[in-house]
Amino acid sequence: MQIELNGAQIETRATTLAELIAEQEFEATSVATARNGAFVPQAARAQTDLVASDKIEVLSPMQGG
Amino acid sequence: MFYGTELSSRLMLGTAQYPSPSVLRAAIAASGAQVITVSLRREGQAGGEFREIMAQSGCRILPNTAGCHSAREAVTTAQMARELFGTDWIKLEVIGHADSLQPDPFALVEAARILSAEGFKVFPYTTEDLIVGERLIEAGCRVLMPWGAPIGSGQGLRHRAALAAMRAHFPDIPLVIDAGIGAPSQAMAAMEMGFDAVLLNTAVARALDPVAMARAFGQAVSAGQLAHIAGLMPPRDMAQASTPIFGMAELV
Repeated sequence: MQIELNGAQIETRATTLAELIAEQEFEATSVATARNGAFVPQAARAQTDLVASDKIEVLSPMQGG
Repeated sequence: MFYGTELSSRLMLGTAQYPSPSVLRAAIAASGAQVITVSLRREGQAGGEFREIMAQSGCRILPNTAGCHSAREAVTTAQMARELFGTDWIKLEVIGHADSLQPDPFALVEAARILSAEGFKVFPYTTEDLIVGERLIEAGCRVLMPWGAPIGSGQGLRHRAALAAMRAHFPDIPLVIDAGIGAPSQAMAAMEMGFDAVLLNTAVARALDPVAMARAFGQAVSAGQLAHIAGLMPPRDMAQASTPIFGMAELV
């Protein structure tokens, strides 16, 4: 299905957020996730089903002021 | 005390815009800062190295919500930051205007209320407006961070009299001057006025020698804090001789 990951349209076979993290080779414990603007805790990723055209953000620690 | 945490260094340092990771690492060390600010972004290059710098710095991490323009964005960002950085401290920024980067006080108070109720320890980036400050405290904030000047402008304490009034109005709330500081003298002035800390980034990161500038800011903040504790003399309109007249020779 087609979803938006970090602003880019991608095709994925993942059905849950946890599967998407694995499929896209993110380090699961080094990122924080949100689905359609709402925070998804690490423990809830496996129960978070993906739906076509979901907007997923996977964020990492970065420099900031 | 910042939410029950005592900090001997009152300089809080941003980690963005340094010429290289090694300069960043050295600047944090040279500044003596015990708090560094960080952000959350889509993974780019050198993410792993930055995580290492954070861990090795020994500093407390203060994640920000920089770039957020609505309460909802800021709340989600804060929730993500709490999980990722393992801290309930959050530097809450809700930007009201893209050019001035002035905080949106209405969305700021809304986000502060939500986050405080969720157990966050909110450090709100605000203006010197006293009523906004009061609303933030009602919302649960126990620290306020008024701007010195617009972010990255280096203009120093642009509304000095208003900041002095804010200091007087909130005697028991830790106040941190956040943003707009361009020179160590400005940071020192803020500390002399009785502010509890200074948070800055660009003035160090964009200096010709960021490591030396970090040290300069650390010393200025420390000197300003000491001067405030020592008690500054009140200014006088007229001169007053410091050397006693008594016992002076007659030489004419």
